[in-house]
Amino acid sequence: MTVFLIRRLMQSVVVLFVMSLIVFVGVYAIGNPIDILISPEADQMERERAIRALGLDLPLWEQYAVFLQRAVLGDLGRSFAFSTPALQLIVERMPATLELAIAAMGISIAIGIPLGMWAGFRPESVAGRAIMAGSILGFSLPTFWVGLMLIMVFAVHLGWLPSTGRGETVEVFGIRLSILTRDGIAHMILPAFNLALFKMALVIRLTRAGMRENLLMDYVKFARAKGLSTGRVIFVHVMKNIMIPVVTILGLELGSVIAFAVVTETIFAWPGMGKLIIDSINQLDRPVIVAYLLVTVSMFIIINLVVDILYSVLDPRVRLKEMKS
Amino acid sequence: MTGSATLVVENLQTHFHTRAGVLKAVDGVSFAVDKGRILGLVGESGSGKSVTGFSLLGLVDPPGRIAGGRILFKGEDLATASEERLRALRGDRIAMIFQDPMMTLNPVLRIDTQMIEALQAHRKMDHRTAFARARDALGQVGIPSPEERLRSYPHQFSGGMRQRVAIAIALLNEPDLIIADEPTTALDVTIQGQILFEAQKLCREVGTALIWITHDLSVVAGLADDICVMYAGRVVESGPVDEVLETPLHPYTRGLIGSVPSRNRRGRPLAQIPGMAPSPLNLPRGCSFRTRCPRADAACLEPPPMVELVPGRFARCVHPHLETVAA
Repeated sequence: MTVFLIRRLMQSVVVLFVMSLIVFVGVYAIGNPIDILISPEADQMERERAIRALGLDLPLWEQYAVFLQRAVLGDLGRSFAFSTPALQLIVERMPATLELAIAAMGISIAIGIPLGMWAGFRPESVAGRAIMAGSILGFSLPTFWVGLMLIMVFAVHLGWLPSTGRGETVEVFGIRLSILTRDGIAHMILPAFNLALFKMALVIRLTRAGMRENLLMDYVKFARAKGLSTGRVIFVHVMKNIMIPVVTILGLELGSVIAFAVVTETIFAWPGMGKLIIDSINQLDRPVIVAYLLVTVSMFIIINLVVDILYSVLDPRVRLKEMKS
Repeated sequence: MTGSATLVVENLQTHFHTRAGVLKAVDGVSFAVDKGRILGLVGESGSGKSVTGFSLLGLVDPPGRIAGGRILFKGEDLATASEERLRALRGDRIAMIFQDPMMTLNPVLRIDTQMIEALQAHRKMDHRTAFARARDALGQVGIPSPEERLRSYPHQFSGGMRQRVAIAIALLNEPDLIIADEPTTALDVTIQGQILFEAQKLCREVGTALIWITHDLSVVAGLADDICVMYAGRVVESGPVDEVLETPLHPYTRGLIGSVPSRNRRGRPLAQIPGMAPSPLNLPRGCSFRTRCPRADAACLEPPPMVELVPGRFARCVHPHLETVAA
């Protein structure tokens, strides 16, 4: 297990290094941030001073070397636009996004798995067919449109829920959270649901497919031949087998929910990381972009690791192989 | 066939309602098996022998269902019993062993979980007692260091060991009847021998009635007391196993025995039954073996009844091989 962890850690470092290099070169190729950051009226002197201050006078490879040197020490540079450390900017926004992503994941699991199981258990029933039709909508409706519709219906027409911002927040260990206040939860429902919709459809389909596949297996018939109740067969025998692919996919999806909550955050004016990255790209704020991507990649790596560990908890066959390696 | 036997099946019919029509997988099967006795249910693939086994437990998957007949288990008709009643009997009074031991155990649950739940499904039993009972059952089927093995997962066992575990699970509640659906087909010959030996021993010692479904005549020859030969959803011949295998009355049984390679002389072409088993959706009129039978004539166009030709021996044939018995 330790060997496994160490190897994963080393792989992660390589991935982070390659990532940062690609992003660095990529952003350099897009354009010169100076043109955006400095007003056209500034004279040549001011312009050169700014360029030197930001370290943009050095050749690209030297800029990268400087970045790398500092990055090893945990300093990912200062934002060109805000002049604050890029990492700090991201970390400040992170709780909002994490909170939203986790709430969305929670919703898609809590609703998706039971619906998927029912649709797989009774595929011919009206409810089963309705669930599948609904999941197609979840897949195919664009997030921004659903978001706008949610605002139209629940915020504008019915006036039940607020449509923008995080609402009242509570500080826990220096992290501001919305989920602990009534107002915060009310603010979170619409964006979380909007973000959850696609994942929910995915969970429904995965669960249903797993259910249908597993119900035909001999072990189900054998379990029934032992005289077990249908409930025990479904919720212990089948469910544990279904959970293996569902956990794997959900783990990967959690990363993408966090990284690409951009659309939802923009529509609901949710002050998270997604909003920040869009603004940074518009301003070619390279330190923030690089830092954001490094953070995101790290997050993916951690989630994958957790998924692998969870996977071995669920599937004994994987567990043994890992022990040996 | 006495009415007091552990299991009496009378005219069982299991039909599958498919788009192509009604498929009569089991069409009027009757047999009986008493405690301490072993019945061999023999037939080719698709003869309806496995469906018969599943019908007894009410485990036929849709679109299949029992369309008629009676399944009298200790006097109680299972064909009309409620699902709840069947669930209570399954694994408790009637146990089943499946064909492929690699597939029957749940890969993600430990052996002890899978054994203990089989006990607790039928009676209130604390975990420790159940664990001890499971351990004893594993020891009974010849698994070394059962206490350790209980904490293993199925993939840590070989095929033969898994089948022993499945048999141990079947034995847990000391059932009155065990239905074994080709349990040794997926195993190699030496393991098969051991399993057969243990099945026979347990059956004799505990007095369990056993139905052994197989396509392998050599297994039945060494194991069973009685035999039922099935063809196209019907029993075509039944009787004591030695007599039936020695002097088969039905041409199909004769052909089946002739097809066993070891009975053919070396160097000669292997004997076989001409043609293929007919599709159950499109059976020949009259005797369903008619199209492949060397003795068939116009009389076979009428469906033959099951007749007691020799005391204790039944066959469904107009032209049975009575000459061998008389001689």
